[in-house]
Amino acid sequence: MDLTNLTIEEIQQTLVRREASAEEITRAHLDRIQQKDHEVRAYLSLCEEKALDQAKRVDQQISAGEPLLPLSGIPVAVKDVIMTRGLPTTCASRVLENYTASYNATAVSRLESAGAIILGKTNCDEFAMGSSTENSGFFPTHNPHDLTRVPGGSSGGSAAAVAANLATVALGTDTGGSIRQPAAFCGVAGMMGTYGRVSRYGLVAFGSSLDHIGPFGRSVRDIARVLKVIAGRDPLDSTSADAPVENYEGAMDGSVRGLKVGVPGEYFEGLSPEIGGNIEKGIALLEKLGCEIQPVHLPHTEYAVSCYYIICTAEVSSNLARYDGVRYGYRAPEYSDLRDMYRKTRNQGFGAEAKRRIMLGTYVLSSGYYDAYYLKAQKVRTLIARDFVEAFDEVDVIITPTSPILPFKLGERVDDPLQMYLADIYTVTASLAGIPGISVPCGKTQGDPSLPVGMQILGKHFGEARLLQVADAFEKAGGFGLD
Amino acid sequence: MALTEKDVLYVADLAHLELTDQEVKKFVPQLDSVLEYVQKLNQLDTTKVEPMAQVSISTADNVALRSDHAHPTFSQEDAIKSAPEPGGGCFKVPHVIERG
Repeated sequence: MDLTNLTIEEIQQTLVRREASAEEITRAHLDRIQQKDHEVRAYLSLCEEKALDQAKRVDQQISAGEPLLPLSGIPVAVKDVIMTRGLPTTCASRVLENYTASYNATAVSRLESAGAIILGKTNCDEFAMGSSTENSGFFPTHNPHDLTRVPGGSSGGSAAAVAANLATVALGTDTGGSIRQPAAFCGVAGMMGTYGRVSRYGLVAFGSSLDHIGPFGRSVRDIARVLKVIAGRDPLDSTSADAPVENYEGAMDGSVRGLKVGVPGEYFEGLSPEIGGNIEKGIALLEKLGCEIQPVHLPHTEYAVSCYYIICTAEVSSNLARYDGVRYGYRAPEYSDLRDMYRKTRNQGFGAEAKRRIMLGTYVLSSGYYDAYYLKAQKVRTLIARDFVEAFDEVDVIITPTSPILPFKLGERVDDPLQMYLADIYTVTASLAGIPGISVPCGKTQGDPSLPVGMQILGKHFGEARLLQVADAFEKAGGFGLD
Repeated sequence: MALTEKDVLYVADLAHLELTDQEVKKFVPQLDSVLEYVQKLNQLDTTKVEPMAQVSISTADNVALRSDHAHPTFSQEDAIKSAPEPGGGCFKVPHVIERG
């Protein structure tokens, strides 16, 4: 029996029936990582000992007849921008190469309290800035579907780990699409909740008004389970929401008949037929399940990339100011004075994309440009958010492609940052509006190579249960494999 | 819009980044193309639109405020564990004020 391709429910049944122990399940994953991860390179670091200790604790609880917790015995991978006490937390940056987290992110504490077994920390773009995981300060991750291609980003390591059965589920982070786009590229499901749904405490900040922690899984039900565990108010994050956390798995059983599904024309203009074709089949499948499909308009979509890259870089320039070689992380070995130490430390420590974003953010916030760029972008953000409020007066969920592009070859796009940014068009809108979104697999392209396509489902603020319900119905009807 | 090397060096200085000549040459066109692209926002009239700094959708009053009481936090040892140059329970830095 292969213990690495199971869902959460299947693993827990295996545990309850004593067909395998949590220790065996953990070892099976660690063995597979040994065998496979030299080619995928999803993990930056592993914590075998800690994982096996936790697994043995779960086994003792089972032997003592204690009931299973929601994630008892489930192997989890955690993106390396999320703090894990006593383990390296590098943000895939040379700046934090030797950094060990001194506390746990709330999401990590909640996973562990729910019985999860953390296997290790996954690769990503440096400080989660990028869409291909090629901006990692250490090495790129490869797409398990085609090792010559990128896994997407920035949470490419978490997406690839789940896709290659190197973890059952994973935590990623999403600021402008960094969970949803790699989920689409790697053929798994990935979800960003409403802004504030999951505490950001212990998430190393990139764009504070846009950052989210969220789950990856091979099934929607697994995602629902993890989201339920990590969601909810946290006094340690003043922006975390106090809205009640719904029973997401319970909400999945209802029929989607009669639900109104909006399709925004703006997201299909100029879309390549190989992606658009699959999304149209996905929409047709929802219609067959009884959903009512209707057009909606999101007229400010074309401004979203500009708006996003002004706001996020402004926040980056502020959040990354702390890496100055004083309190933690890298310090340049030679310098003449304090100012020189800052300048050399930062230039030697950061990679090219981090520098570009710091520079753009510093520029748009600098004297004389603040109103023209930053304030303007904040106003356009209001217009983009309003588009969604109006659309959700008419429909329950909105369906779009997750990305206008397919997984591309490593190295193919690294020298053209603007082209990389433009490809974030379908994901940055929800980030700016603060609404939840999930990307689910929607078949693969025809021909060779056949590559995964992702379909995005967007919902109202705190409409996670509805999103998961639609995604689950889509999965059960065969939408993931779609033909 | 035409960003110059001087602009890039000025911004790098504000951001405490010491760029190499090669980096400056690479960044000028890359940053210029992004700044040129985002001019697109000027097509929109936003004179009557309020800026949005934060997604604010909390359901209770004053959710951002918590009670102000002391609670245990990191030990001094933990706080300086990842410091590049700890010393005497502090972070060591180069001289900030020169001796007269």
